[in-house]
Amino acid sequence: MNWLLAAIGVWLAGGVGALLFASSATWATRIGVASVVLGSVAGMVPVLSTLFGGPVLEFQAAWAIPSGSFSLGLDGLSAFFLLPTLVVGSLAAIYGGEYLLSYRNTKNIGMPWFLYNWLMAGMAVVFLSRNALLFMMGWEIMTLSAAFLVFFDDAKGNVRTAGWMYLVASHIAMEFLLVLFIMLGQEAGSLDFAGFAGVSRSAWLSGFLFVCAVVGFGTKAGIMPFHIWLPEAHPAAPSHVSAVMSALLLKTGVYGLLRTLTFLGHYQEWWGWVLMGIGLTSALLGILFALAQSDLKRLLAYSSVENIGIIFIGIGIGVLGVSRGSAALATLGFCGALLHAINHSMAKGMLFLNAGCILHATGTRRINLLGGLSKRMPLEGGTFLVGALALCALPPMNGFLSEFWIYLGAYRMRGIPGSGVVMPSLVLLAGLALVGGFAAVAFSKAFGGAYLGQPRQPEPQHFHRPGWAMRGPLLALALICLLLVPALPWAATLTVPMVQALTGFEGREILEQISSVQTSLWPLAIFAGFLLSLAGTLAGIRWAVLRGRKIGAGTTWGCGYAAPTRRMQYSATSFSQPLAGFFALILQGRKTEEKADGFFPRSASQSNSIPDLYLEKIYRPLFLWIDSRLIRWRWIQHGRIQAYILYITLTLLFLLTWKLW
Amino acid sequence: MIFGSILPLLLALCLSPLMLGIINKTKAFFAGRQGPPWFQTYYDLRKLLGKDAVYSVTTTWLFRAGPIVGLAAVILATFLVPMGSRPALFGFEGDLVLFAYLLGLMRFFTVLAALDTGSSFEGMGASREVQFSALAEPALFLGLAALAGENHSISLTGVLAGTGPWTWSASGSMVALVLLSFFIVFLAENARIPVDDPNTHLELTMIHEVMVLDHGGPDFAFILYGAALKMWVLGTLLIELAMPVRTGNAWVDTACFLLGMAALAVVVGVVESSMARLRLLRVPQLLVAAGALSALAFIVELI
Repeated sequence: MNWLLAAIGVWLAGGVGALLFASSATWATRIGVASVVLGSVAGMVPVLSTLFGGPVLEFQAAWAIPSGSFSLGLDGLSAFFLLPTLVVGSLAAIYGGEYLLSYRNTKNIGMPWFLYNWLMAGMAVVFLSRNALLFMMGWEIMTLSAAFLVFFDDAKGNVRTAGWMYLVASHIAMEFLLVLFIMLGQEAGSLDFAGFAGVSRSAWLSGFLFVCAVVGFGTKAGIMPFHIWLPEAHPAAPSHVSAVMSALLLKTGVYGLLRTLTFLGHYQEWWGWVLMGIGLTSALLGILFALAQSDLKRLLAYSSVENIGIIFIGIGIGVLGVSRGSAALATLGFCGALLHAINHSMAKGMLFLNAGCILHATGTRRINLLGGLSKRMPLEGGTFLVGALALCALPPMNGFLSEFWIYLGAYRMRGIPGSGVVMPSLVLLAGLALVGGFAAVAFSKAFGGAYLGQPRQPEPQHFHRPGWAMRGPLLALALICLLLVPALPWAATLTVPMVQALTGFEGREILEQISSVQTSLWPLAIFAGFLLSLAGTLAGIRWAVLRGRKIGAGTTWGCGYAAPTRRMQYSATSFSQPLAGFFALILQGRKTEEKADGFFPRSASQSNSIPDLYLEKIYRPLFLWIDSRLIRWRWIQHGRIQAYILYITLTLLFLLTWKLW
Repeated sequence: MIFGSILPLLLALCLSPLMLGIINKTKAFFAGRQGPPWFQTYYDLRKLLGKDAVYSVTTTWLFRAGPIVGLAAVILATFLVPMGSRPALFGFEGDLVLFAYLLGLMRFFTVLAALDTGSSFEGMGASREVQFSALAEPALFLGLAALAGENHSISLTGVLAGTGPWTWSASGSMVALVLLSFFIVFLAENARIPVDDPNTHLELTMIHEVMVLDHGGPDFAFILYGAALKMWVLGTLLIELAMPVRTGNAWVDTACFLLGMAALAVVVGVVESSMARLRLLRVPQLLVAAGALSALAFIVELI
C-alpha cells in the first residue's frame, strides 16, 4: 500500500509543482508529465501484484473526522479498475505534454497539469478508499479537476456551457450518493465500508439504496437518461482529457455501482431488469446518436454511452443470475462487463487521442471537412482502424471477445430457473445485434470520413504533423488492444475474486464457469491467428500473381465524368443519412437552410444538427420550468459578501438551537 | 474421419462459384436465352487472376487489403458451417456469434475499401450496404437463437446437426418462420433481387456492385470468389433447415445437400426472373419484416 500512497503523494505534489513553475511552459509540462508517469509506475507495482493473486492490501489510520477511519484498501476490484487508470492516464499525459504546448502562448500551462495530476489522485482515492467520506472527497476532487480541465478553452461559449452542464449534472448526482452513503452509514454506525455489507435491511430499503446508486453512479458513467453532460463535455475538453474522461472517469461510475452492489447483499431480481433496461436503451440510442453525429469527438462520446450501456447490460445479467441462483449466468454477466470495461478503456482512450491528432493537424473535428488523412498520417490511420474494429466488436479484436460473454449471457438467459426470461432474452439479442450493425455504420463513417478518400477541402496551410510524444501513446494503446486478444481468454481467470465478491458464489464454482467459457474463448483467439495467417497467405498469393506485371495508376472511376473534384465525394453525413432518416422519429435532426434564390443566387447554405433527445425533450423544459419558479427568489443571491456571511451565521445559529433544543 | 470434416470445406471452396452459374442459367432459361456457360464464374476468376492491376491514386493500402481480409473472413466462416450430417471443421459453444461477426468483418472491410476510393458512387453503395446489413443483423441473430433454443446448443454444428426431419414434425412452424426470414437475409446479404440487382448497369441504383467498381484484376477475383463463398455459407444454413436429410449414410446426405444447393440456386434464379427490384426505400421494411419473422419464430419455439 505504501507504493500507492507514494503515487498519490507524487501526483498531489507534482500538481502543485507544475503550478509553481507555471511561468515556464516547458518546465510546467515536464514536471506535470513526469509526476503523472512516476506516480503511475509506482502504483503499478501493488496493482499488478494484487491482480495476479497477490494479497489484498489494507491501510488504516485514525483521523480527526468522526465516524470511521482513514482507511484505504486494494482488492481485486480496485486493482482491476486502477490498472487501466494508470496505463491510459500516463499515456494520455505523455500525449498531453505535446498537445498542450501548442497553447503555450495563449494559456497558462501549469494549471491544466495541476488539475490533471489531481484528477489522477482523485481517481486513485475513489478506487482505493474504504470509507464513504474519503470516497466522497476523492470523488469531488476528481469531478472538480475534470470540470476545470473541460473549461480549459473557456474563450469558447460552447466549452463554458459544456463544463457548466458537467458540473451541474455531477453535483445533482452527488446528492444521490450522499443519501446513499448517509443511509448506509446510519445503519452500520460507521462510514467505513467494512461495516456496510453485514447489515440486514428490508427489501424496500435496499431497493431504494440501489436506485440511489444507479442514479448517482449512472450519471458519472454516462448512462441514459443521465448522459446529457457527456456528449457536451467530452468534445469540449482538450483531447487527452477527453480520452481520460471517456476511458477512465466513466469507469469510476461503473466501479462505484459494482462496489455498492457488494454492500447491498441480496440482489433483487428487478435490479437486474432495471440495469438491463437502461443498459440496452443506452447502447441502442447511444450508438444511434453516434452514427448521426458529424463532429468526430461527439461521435466518439456517444459511442461511449453505447459501450457503458453494454457494460450495464452485463452487470444486469449478472445481477439476474445471482438473484435466480445461477452461477453460470452471474459469471457471464459480471465477467463480461469487467472485460468490456477494460477493452473500452483502451480502445476509446486511443480513439480520443487519435481524434486529438486530427484536430491538432487540421484544426477541425468536423468529419465532413476531413478526408484522405491516412496518406499524411498513416500511423494514426492504422491505429484508428484498430480502435474502430475493437469498438465495433469485430473479430478478431478484443472488443469481440468481451461482447461475446454478454451475447452468451443473453442466449443462456432462457435456460435459467424461473420464468419470464424469454422476452428479455429476445429483446437483448435483437438489441445487441442491432447495436453491432449500427456501430459498424458509426465507425466506418468516422474512419472513412476522416482518413479515407481525399481531403474534402483544400489542405490547411499549417498542417501540424503530430510528433512522437503524441503518436507513441496511440501506438502503445493500439498494441495493447492487439495484445489483449490472446491475453483475454487467459486473463479471464483473474476476475474470479472480483466475481466472487460480487456474486457470493464459491470461487471454485465461478472458476468452473469461466473455464467453460474459456473453451470457447481459446478457439476465438486461435481464429484470430487463423485470420492473420489466412490473410497473409492471400496477400502472398496476390503478390505472387501480380509479380512482374504492370501496376497502373489512374483516377477513380466516375462514370466517365472527366473533371471530378474532391468536393464531389460522398460526405460523411450523407453516408449515415439513410439510417438517420429511418430513425428520424428518435433522432429529430434540425435543419437550417438558406435556399438558393433567383437566377443568380448569391449564397445558399444548409446545416444539420442532431440535438440530444433527452436534453431537448426532458431536461431543458424541466430546468426552464424550475428556473421560472425560482426567479422570484433571485434577490437572495446578489453578490454582497457581508450578506452571505450573515446567511452562514444564521444557518449555524439555527443548527445550534436545533441541536440544543 | 479427417477427410469427412474437411470435405464440407473442400466442397464449398470448389463448388461455390457454380451456384452463380446455375442462377444465371435459370435466368437465361426464363428469358429464352442460351445464357453464359455453367462454369462462367470459374472462367471469370481465371481471367481476372491473369490481369494487371490498376489502382486509383486516391487509394491507400486499405483498398488493397479490403478484398484480402474479406475473403479471409468468409473462408473462416466456412470453417464453422457443417454440411449434411458432417460436422464443421471447427465448432464450439457460441460460434454462431463468431459466424455472424465474421460476415460483419468482411462487410466492414469492403465498405472501407469503397470509401477509400473517394468516389461518391461507392460512398453511396457503402452507405446502403451498412444500412441494410445493420437491419438484417437482428433477423439472423434471432433466427439462430430460435434454433439454438430448439437444439440446446449455441454452436452452428450443434444447431444444424440437431436439426433433422424430426424438427419439421416437432416444430415445423418455427423452422418455417426461420427459413422464410433467412431467405430474405440470404437475398439481402448476397445482393440479389429484390434487394439489389447484380446485373444493373446504373451506378446510382446499385449496392454491392457499386462498392467494388474500382477493384479490378486479382483483387476483383478475390471479391467475386468471396461473394460466391458467402452465398454458399448462407445457403448452407437455408438448405440444412429446409431439407435436413439424415439417412445415416453420410454420402447420401451429402449428395442430397448438394442437390438442395442447386435447387436453391434455381429458386434464386426464378425469383430474379419473376420480380423486380424493390425501391430502395422499401428495402428496410422487408428487412424489418424478416426480423419480425425471426422474433416470432423465437416465441413460437417456446410454446
